[in-house]
Amino acid sequence: MRNAHAVLFRTLADPTRRAIFERLCRDGEQTVGALTVRAKVSQPAVSKHLGVLKQAGLVRDRHEGRQTHYSAQVGALAPLIDWTSRMTGFWESRFDDLENLLKRMDQ
Amino acid sequence: MIERSIETRSVVVEREIPFPPEKIWRALTQPHLMEEWLMKNDFKPVVGHRFNLRGDWGGVLDCEVLTIEPNKTLAYTWNFAHDDAALNLQSVVTFTLTPTDAGTRLRMEQSGFRPDQRQAFGGANAGWQQFFAKLEQVVARTD
Repeated sequence: MRNAHAVLFRTLADPTRRAIFERLCRDGEQTVGALTVRAKVSQPAVSKHLGVLKQAGLVRDRHEGRQTHYSAQVGALAPLIDWTSRMTGFWESRFDDLENLLKRMDQ
Repeated sequence: MIERSIETRSVVVEREIPFPPEKIWRALTQPHLMEEWLMKNDFKPVVGHRFNLRGDWGGVLDCEVLTIEPNKTLAYTWNFAHDDAALNLQSVVTFTLTPTDAGTRLRMEQSGFRPDQRQAFGGANAGWQQFFAKLEQVVARTD
């Protein structure tokens, strides 16, 4: 569970990669070429980001002739959808900060 | 540890902290200290006092103090109003402090989630920016 979270967090923390994923969520299936036009980075860079997204299960590819079409797999976000697990992570990290604060505080 | 029931959900986080309850109580109830570990706020330790918690991501939580038992129990509402019903959140956060040999057992329980909030991010365009802004903060802390 924690591992699944970590992979998704890491994958989507990159702004360019996140923008690509958001575009696929919003506009549906796209080719690498179409994504590159909007991404402000080179086609190899877009392909690399798509590879990382695919590895995380966030996109799927479909070959058609010479073109590869990518689509978002929103279901892969399921581990993050559950509020209770997200809030647990939130409070764990707040407690970390609280402990750090207590160490710095005067008696 | 996550506890679940059908109608409401709760999140429980418990930790043994090597400091006395009195010191932890200060960190939980003094606004300038709360800001350091939780969020910016205008909290007052008075039952019925309404206050806001302001997150770095721009979100504002509406809160009201429900319980104040110095050095023992603190509870307040933790509500987030959002146009998207799935993102609305109405919950109660309760901190319980129990003295131990080594210091204090601090327990936080947040309860009151509705079942439909499970799908808060099911829609592709629902609050993405806010969601990911928070996500980045979490990532920054877990690395």
